[in-house]
Amino acid sequence: MNKIGLIIWREYITRVRKKSFIIMSILGPMLFGAIAIVPVWLASQESSGQKIIAVVDESGMFAKNFQNAGDDNIIYEYVKEPVEEVKSEISNGYRYGLLYIPTLDLEAPKGITLFSEGNPSMSTVSDIKQKIQGIIKDIKLERSSISKHALAQLETKLNIATINLQEDGTEQQGSSGTSSIVGYVSAFLVYGFIFLYGAQVMRGVIEEKSNRIVEIIISSVKPFQLMMGKIVGVAMVGLTQFLLWIVLTFTVSTLAFSFFQADFDPVQASVMTQQISQDKAAQADTVAQLENAIDTINIPLIVGCFLFFFLGGYLLYGALFAAIGSASDSDTDTQQFMLPIAAPLIFSIITLASVLNDPNGPMAFWLSIIPFTAPVTMMMRIPFGVPVWQLVLSMVLLIVGFVFTTWVASRVYRIGILTHGTKINYKTIGKWLFNSH
Amino acid sequence: MWFLEKAGRLDLSSYGRKDIFAHSPNPTNLNVLEAHHIFKSYARHEALKDVSIAIPRQTIFGLLGPNGAGKTTLIRIINQIIEPDSGSILINGEKLQPKHIGYIGYLPEERGLYKKMKVGEQLLYLARLKGLSRHEAVSRIQHWFARLEISGWSDKKVEDLSKGMQQKIQFIATVVHDPDLIILDEPFSGFDPINANLIKGEIMEMRDRGKSIIFSTHRMESVEEICSHIALINKAEKVLDGPKNEIKNQFRSNTYEVMHTGTFSDLGLSYQLVKQTPLEDGFFSAVFTIEPGISPNQLLHELIQQVEVHAFQEKIPSINEIFIAEVQKQ
Repeated sequence: MNKIGLIIWREYITRVRKKSFIIMSILGPMLFGAIAIVPVWLASQESSGQKIIAVVDESGMFAKNFQNAGDDNIIYEYVKEPVEEVKSEISNGYRYGLLYIPTLDLEAPKGITLFSEGNPSMSTVSDIKQKIQGIIKDIKLERSSISKHALAQLETKLNIATINLQEDGTEQQGSSGTSSIVGYVSAFLVYGFIFLYGAQVMRGVIEEKSNRIVEIIISSVKPFQLMMGKIVGVAMVGLTQFLLWIVLTFTVSTLAFSFFQADFDPVQASVMTQQISQDKAAQADTVAQLENAIDTINIPLIVGCFLFFFLGGYLLYGALFAAIGSASDSDTDTQQFMLPIAAPLIFSIITLASVLNDPNGPMAFWLSIIPFTAPVTMMMRIPFGVPVWQLVLSMVLLIVGFVFTTWVASRVYRIGILTHGTKINYKTIGKWLFNSH
Repeated sequence: MWFLEKAGRLDLSSYGRKDIFAHSPNPTNLNVLEAHHIFKSYARHEALKDVSIAIPRQTIFGLLGPNGAGKTTLIRIINQIIEPDSGSILINGEKLQPKHIGYIGYLPEERGLYKKMKVGEQLLYLARLKGLSRHEAVSRIQHWFARLEISGWSDKKVEDLSKGMQQKIQFIATVVHDPDLIILDEPFSGFDPINANLIKGEIMEMRDRGKSIIFSTHRMESVEEICSHIALINKAEKVLDGPKNEIKNQFRSNTYEVMHTGTFSDLGLSYQLVKQTPLEDGFFSAVFTIEPGISPNQLLHELIQQVEVHAFQEKIPSINEIFIAEVQKQ
């Protein structure tokens, strides 16, 4: 094994053996699952406190229209008492609020007021608003003698199939929904991985510097070898973690799937199929559509690009992180240098929404070509289909960018690691960069 | 202890008999290292200005100078950590190049170890970075563990060791690859007296085995004892160098120190009393300089007639005094 190999091996093995790595490898997939499931679960939970809102309806126009649906958080209660009296009762806590509806001019309804203790949530207000709007609409429809049924028939449910025309002329069904999700997830993963493992490189350099072992090491190897060994070693840790997550997620989901399938009795199933309601059919249709959508995503391309842009982005930034570490004596010293490195990454995350709006627009194009933002932005674009020449250009520029940042970093690094105790600012770093020694 | 078990089957008896000149292509070359006209400047100051030194084989060479004189810069150049602006370094008459990394053992002034790594793994790593095979490295580590009686430490993390223990490991890390040239930058700073002595003993022993040692320090008293050659660097320039005794002789000034009881009157023009200090119990210490051509016996003869002489010795300047005199001269 040559020397750089030894360094890579040490960086790799000491990190992979850490308890935190093992814990993260196991917890990671669970954490992802939790992130996906918990919001859904929370949303599905009923809010514990039901709110009772008194309704004073002066015209009587809305009477009986404020029906209480079972799963609503708000219970409406008609009261006949005068407004002032009900208002004064709110403070004793039985009711959450009072909805006052004066006699309305249907063309220009005014004066509807919600009294409550504390500010009502946006959703409560919009719930009430929609309800009243709906009722007014129904009344107006009735006046124009259109029945609700007739109206319902006017409404048509529609799905638009998106087909990507490939360069070779074949058609590929696309789904912007799925593409967006895949794009977002992979862009965020690239972003997270770059920061996570870039910071590890930085901390590793600071550790060697503050342990004062660095001079012993660089009397055996060149500073550049030490820096690259560390960067590559940490990259391998990142890849290992990523692969472990994939394998674990796959295993867990396969196990879970087979567990649920075992519960599913085929005889019962066939009976159920005959009795299947229209609703269920619709649901099955949605599932089929979803599966179809997943099929349309070019998984090998996305995984391949993910690995490339993760590695390329990480190498590009990893060298800079190493340079920051070498110029700092402790974690706190790194703050002043972090901004210029973090800024393009954060910028590429902020602009994801605009890229999503127009995945082939000029902004998306430029951000996915410039090496500093390309890893994140390109991952967002790939599920929507990117012309091959753009992908190749972006990859080539990323490699060029990586060579450039590594060159810059190595010039700062070789001096920085031997500098102890002096306050280093941008000016000093500039000198290191441009002086030959 | 997986790796030591493996090495346990090795025959280590040949270790001590290893050819001490195994690395040296040209053992007849008298100087293990020569630096010729080294210049090096940093952005703000000149660190080395035309420095040339020669380290004879099998000597302990003291590289002396105040803080900031340029010692560490010179050492880093020898270790190929930085490059000189101009000048050349020869190892055994050969131009310094990457293959010499394994030939040199370096203990930097700023030193330390990976705190979270186990002692055995760490030494193995450092030895292999110096170019040793795993097999060779393991047997060397075992040799040093036995020698310093620390065999049980291999699986301990460095951070769990006491400071003194860490210093031993640090020293092993410097010499584990059996280098022929050992460079110690301020080796005794931060070492406790017991370890300092232990290392002093090891340095002498290695010299006797044919190794050459460069010993950089600003603390002169440690040099006096063990170095046979010195070079003095001040403000980036070499002030003097050569065998320690020759240098000391150069700075002799015909000065003699006498311890006596009783008083004396005028001794004549050839003997000049520099100073006289009373000691305890009626003893005095007197310092004389004598004219060239007059022997110390003549001074002694004069003294004996007047006072009781208890001790008489030539006052040879210590390296420390030479150092201070030279530095102040500049």
